[in-house]
Amino acid sequence: MRMPLFRKTKRWVTIASAMLLSSLLLAACGENSPSILNPRGPVAAKEADLFYIILGIATFIFIVVEGVLIYSIFRFRERPNSPAPRQIHGSNAIEIAWTVAPSIFLFIVLGATIYYMFTLTDFDTGNRFKVNVVAHQWWWEFDYMNYPGSNGHPIVTADTMHIPLGATIEADLISNNVIHSFWVPALSGKKDVVPGHNNQLIFRADAVGTYPGECVEFCGSQHAHMHFDVVVDAPDAFNTWISMQQQAATPQNINAVKCTTPIPQSDLVACGAKFFAQGACVGCHGIVGVDLKGYDDPRAAGLIGPNLTHFGSRDLIAGGVLPNTPANLATWLSNPQAVKPGNDMPQLGLPQDQINALVAYLESLK
Amino acid sequence: MATIVERPSVVRRKRFGETYIGSWIMTTDHKKIGIMYIMTGFFSFLVGGLEALLIRTQLAQPNGHVLSPEVYNEVFTMHGTTMIFLFVMPMLTGLGNYIVPLMIGARDMAFPRINAFGFWLVLFGALFLNSSFLFIGPNGFSAAPNGGWFYYAPLSEQQYGCGVAGVVGCVNADFWALGILLLGISSIASGLNFVVTILRLRAPGMTMNRVPLFTWMTLITSFLLLFALPSLTAAAVMLLLDRHLGTHFFDATFHGDPLLWQHLFWSFGHPEVYILILPAFGIISEVLPVFSRKPIFGYTFIAWSGVAIGFLSFTVWAHHMFAVGLPTIAQAFFATSTTLIAIPTAVKIFNWIATVYGGKVSLKAPMLFALGFIAMFLIGGINGAALAVVPFDYQVTDTYFVVSHLHYVLFGGTVFGVFAGLYYWFPKMTGKLLGDGWGQVQFWLMLIGVNLTFFPMHILGILGMPRRIYTYPGNLGYNELNLMATVGAFIIALSILVFIYNVIISLRSGKEAGTDPWDAFTLEWDTASPPKVYNFLTIPIVRSRRPFYDMKNPDIADWKTATH
Repeated sequence: MRMPLFRKTKRWVTIASAMLLSSLLLAACGENSPSILNPRGPVAAKEADLFYIILGIATFIFIVVEGVLIYSIFRFRERPNSPAPRQIHGSNAIEIAWTVAPSIFLFIVLGATIYYMFTLTDFDTGNRFKVNVVAHQWWWEFDYMNYPGSNGHPIVTADTMHIPLGATIEADLISNNVIHSFWVPALSGKKDVVPGHNNQLIFRADAVGTYPGECVEFCGSQHAHMHFDVVVDAPDAFNTWISMQQQAATPQNINAVKCTTPIPQSDLVACGAKFFAQGACVGCHGIVGVDLKGYDDPRAAGLIGPNLTHFGSRDLIAGGVLPNTPANLATWLSNPQAVKPGNDMPQLGLPQDQINALVAYLESLK
Repeated sequence: MATIVERPSVVRRKRFGETYIGSWIMTTDHKKIGIMYIMTGFFSFLVGGLEALLIRTQLAQPNGHVLSPEVYNEVFTMHGTTMIFLFVMPMLTGLGNYIVPLMIGARDMAFPRINAFGFWLVLFGALFLNSSFLFIGPNGFSAAPNGGWFYYAPLSEQQYGCGVAGVVGCVNADFWALGILLLGISSIASGLNFVVTILRLRAPGMTMNRVPLFTWMTLITSFLLLFALPSLTAAAVMLLLDRHLGTHFFDATFHGDPLLWQHLFWSFGHPEVYILILPAFGIISEVLPVFSRKPIFGYTFIAWSGVAIGFLSFTVWAHHMFAVGLPTIAQAFFATSTTLIAIPTAVKIFNWIATVYGGKVSLKAPMLFALGFIAMFLIGGINGAALAVVPFDYQVTDTYFVVSHLHYVLFGGTVFGVFAGLYYWFPKMTGKLLGDGWGQVQFWLMLIGVNLTFFPMHILGILGMPRRIYTYPGNLGYNELNLMATVGAFIIALSILVFIYNVIISLRSGKEAGTDPWDAFTLEWDTASPPKVYNFLTIPIVRSRRPFYDMKNPDIADWKTATH
């Protein structure tokens, strides 16, 4: 009776510790993961610091309490000649001791919590770089409120958010549909995007790079496919990007091309523009300089798809589901419902040469 | 010589209540109602478990294609709703129904017919909710609830209720809201019944200071039900008004507020968490002393820390909402109350360990599950306290870290507690012992399964994997950990199959239990197994916290040696 139990439990301890170790190793291997432990800004760095503090205290409590529990089980397990135990009902002194002891730990953690809460954005001097983050079902739009485009309206992009290195970013979180949540683990903890509430998230990026972000509040059937990238640019590169985004798209001479199959390679871009302007695309998408004066164009109120003015310069398409490559765009255009079932883009049944032309045109919009 | 004239026997048709089926349908006996609650709860556990296996199968690999996104959303919504409202609550109500009147020396619950009414509401509520799978909505998918068990507005409103943009007219949220209303009425009825039963029907001499701890925890749970459920009921009614009568409680377009839903939901939802765990605290507070051959250590502290948890549970709800943009000072308040509620919980754990310490510990199946409860619930407590660290919570809320936390509490805690209770009281309910060998097998499988499933989820959360996603890309380092969790889930499923097998063979050919197989301390063991309809021939008189121990050990009775 005694030995088999003992052996089983030892095996359990071995399995548990092997699991713990292997999990930690795996965690170290997951280098592509948007881990909260690779902070690239002061907010995420403080949040990661707190994790290590908690991990230390939690590990200590875990080992002590589980240790005492396992010790008690073995030390006092029933043996053939175990005496009848003393009938002890309790002890007030011990109760007070073990009420106070965990309280001390908990209040240390609480103190750290409140201190970090109130100092999380203490780098913020009020001189903020403002971006409106607009959450759609199921993709992200980014409006640069202080940077008018060629039409006088803020520049608008989707799926990829560019921010300048070292600036205090104020993300104003806007939704006119359901609740979403904006999260870039490397830069900051999350904040929900709640219709009717003016939520803001303040953060800063201290290293140039591309950091994955995602929606983390359940928002309907494609909640899983609402990714985006935050690209942190050095100031010069950022200014270049901004000035590029401020330009309208180059008009194509769509009346001069015939666009009958097969479309000559030289007419591909112009034909793409023609299909775009004369087909179903403009029902949902706008391109500043082609068919819309801007995203705030009265016609734009009815638009439900991303503004495509600088589509070719983005890293991701379709709400972050696919990297922006010609092949992926062709896949998307041929059957968006297969890539992301339930999204707003219908299957248009486009012939292959139209798809090729549209891909060529859209990718040319740098 | 007189002859005996045989009178023709009166042949009359049995009344419905006298047939076997009728004796269950018409019953107001707390024991039969308790068993029906337990059966309903266990069957729902299997349904919710199958849904969990579907979820884990879908997530076993990146870009999985087992379930479509719409079906996945229905399955995870129904998994949560089923496990909380149709498994844990009926199961714990059932155990309470069966055991509490016996424990306090009563002949039945205070309101037997309300008791039966409560059960039938649960059964039909469960059938109603699950029948939603049979209807097809305008989005081409079944009408099962698809917005999560928390059903946040405005995703629950008409214009978004199909989950797919632009499609309207789905009734998924109506099924959920109406089902929740039925179940809420049942919970309020059973809460009221327990409160009156425990306060009014105790055996002579059983002061509140001598009530067994399972009964204490059931009492606290019942008060929580009475005060928490109305908030959910009101929210569900407001949702139905929004959806069908054109009100805009939760619609920001018309100056309603989606956060109103969250406040109403979680001011129910957090007490609910304790509704799901307090009775399990009670179960193991009964099992640990009996299998350690000692009285419970610090009875008063366990009982009153339960009361403290009950009060504090109404002050912590917004810790589910740290990311919604509440003012920092309000978040500091909820972080503080959440820290405070950890203290009485820690006190309970220490008292349980002290009960084992110095005892003569018999590692029978009920005891293994009770010890497993402490070991696993501790993990759920620690990572729960970590979630009260607000800036850390900003990072991990709505990730798999939270999934790990809640399952360590609800599976590692409540489910282990429920199995401790089932192994402990099965002999009382059926007269047969539940096989101990298979019990040991089930316990070890379950312990391994739980840790294999839920421990890796901590790491997935740290690595940034959000909750409620139907699939994930293959290049983010999530693959191995998800596969591990899926393997663990199937090991848990295997352990449940072992349990079912064990129940079947034990009912057929298990050892006879007799009245008192565990040499236990409380009154439910001082009567036949299973007890007669009237429970006790004579109502016992109680002089201490362990009345049955006193009867069996008159020389060293508690009332002679301890003062309470």
